[in-house]
This record gives sequence, structure tokens and C-alpha cells, in this order.
Amino acid sequence: MNAEVINPFINATRNVVATMAGISPKPEKPRLKRDHASTMDFTGVVGLAGDGAKGSFAVSFSQSCIERIVRNMLGDEIEDMEQDMRDAVGELANMISGGARAELEQKGHSFDMAVPTLIAGKGHRIFQLTDMPVLVVPFNTEAGPFTVEVCLQSGR
Amino acid sequence: MNIDKNMRILVVDDYSTMRRIVRGILRRLGFNNLEEAEEGKSALKKLQEEPFELIICDWNMPIMTGLELLKTVRADDNLKHIPFLMVTAEAKKENIIDAIQAGVSNYVVKPFTEDVLAQKLEAIFKAQAA
Repeated sequence: MNAEVINPFINATRNVVATMAGISPKPEKPRLKRDHASTMDFTGVVGLAGDGAKGSFAVSFSQSCIERIVRNMLGDEIEDMEQDMRDAVGELANMISGGARAELEQKGHSFDMAVPTLIAGKGHRIFQLTDMPVLVVPFNTEAGPFTVEVCLQSGR
Repeated sequence: MNIDKNMRILVVDDYSTMRRIVRGILRRLGFNNLEEAEEGKSALKKLQEEPFELIICDWNMPIMTGLELLKTVRADDNLKHIPFLMVTAEAKKENIIDAIQAGVSNYVVKPFTEDVLAQKLEAIFKAQAA
């Protein structure tokens, strides 16, 4: 997987978190991951298909990070924090995937939209939709860490 | 421009978070006569039962998508006059063209700021007044 594919996900993540929550996440160096383990608490996974490739994208938040994002996004409109964190992870995954796919489209790669799946709980495992190595981009924020994972298998 | 801040607005999104974000922005803009629906089919039921002056709708929803709701609304003589703002993470060109061809009044891509949503609403009200 090259920078042309991963950079749109990094750009979309920064844009979504900054616009919706007023938080500027700092990306760290991407690394390869070969197992399913996650050190985070909430994950949204979105399937990617099209352009002769298939795979998935996942965004995983620590509880402290997603709690701050929800507080910033909803302010007085918070009803049930646990439920709101789950709901927000799905919506953030949706927006990041949409933004990344729009940038990929400008570069000539077209992927279809899928509804995000949510995984929650300490020590949860993330099963991407292919057996390819997963590229992980850790992000740091003042409220705690989160990660973005992208896994794409070319069918060409 | 004279805008009726008491107009009835239907906010349709399967994510409660996004409905509340839109609701919060609308309230800050002075619109308080708001109703919500979680997907297109329940939105259509509300539209058929009660009068609304604006629909703000997500695209990617289960059961009935925003585009399907838009097409249904535009094909219904009693509803086709209602301005329809599509709010969605779907920014692909072909989708925007689909929405325009189906008669969307305006289109806002998530993530968006309060100012962007306010501008889109103003554009809709201006077009209506013209």
C-alpha cells in the first residue's frame, strides 16, 4: 500500500476530528500490523470495495479521546455518554471514509460506500476484510490516542 | 431576507449524534420547530401526516436512503414543493449528480461547520424567495 492510498485517510481523519470536535490530532509514523489486537476501546470498521481492490478501514479510539470528542461535538445535547460514544464512532468512521474516498476519487480510485460496523470493549480484536498486512497510523490528541487502520488488497 | 424562524423542519439521520448536532445548530440559528426521523420510511410517514417547510436529510441510511426519500418526495404532488437539503459524508461526484438530477435543493458534505450549514440554508431560502 503506498502513500497515495494512505494519505487520503490521514487527511480525512484530521479534517473530520478538527471540524467536528475542534481537536487537532497529530499523526505519527505509520507501521505495519499483522495481528487483530487493538489497544483502544471503540472501533468503527468500514468495508471498501471497487477500483479492482477490496479491503477495509478502521478507526479506533481510547475512551478518554472519544469521550472528549463527544463532549465537544454535542455539548449540552449529550443524553447517554456510553451510547453517544458508540454512535459517534460510527458517524466519525462514516465521515472519514467518505472524505478519504472523495480524495481517492480525485486520484482516479473509486470505492463504494458501506455502513460502518462498531466494535467496543477493552482488548477487542479487529478483523479486517482481507488477510493483507494492515497499515496503522497512530494519532495523538490532548485527550488521548486513537488509531486509523487501512487494509487494501488489489485485485489487479 | 425575511425568514420564518417558526418553520417546521424535519431532520432525518440514522445517527443520533448527527441529528443532535444539526438540531443544536438549527436552535442556535433560531429554528426551534424541529422534528426528527431515523430513516427515510419513518420520515415519509411524518411528511404524509404533518406539514413541513424544510427537510434536512442524511444520504446513507438503512431501510430507505436519503436519495430514495428525495425521489419519493419529488414524485408526490403534496410534498414536492418542500426544500430538501442533503447532508452526507458521500462526496463522490456521481452521487452529487444523482442528487441534483433527483431535485435536491442543496447539498452539504460532512464534516461541516455551523457557518457552512447556515450558508446552505440561506441559499435555499434565497432560491425559494426568487
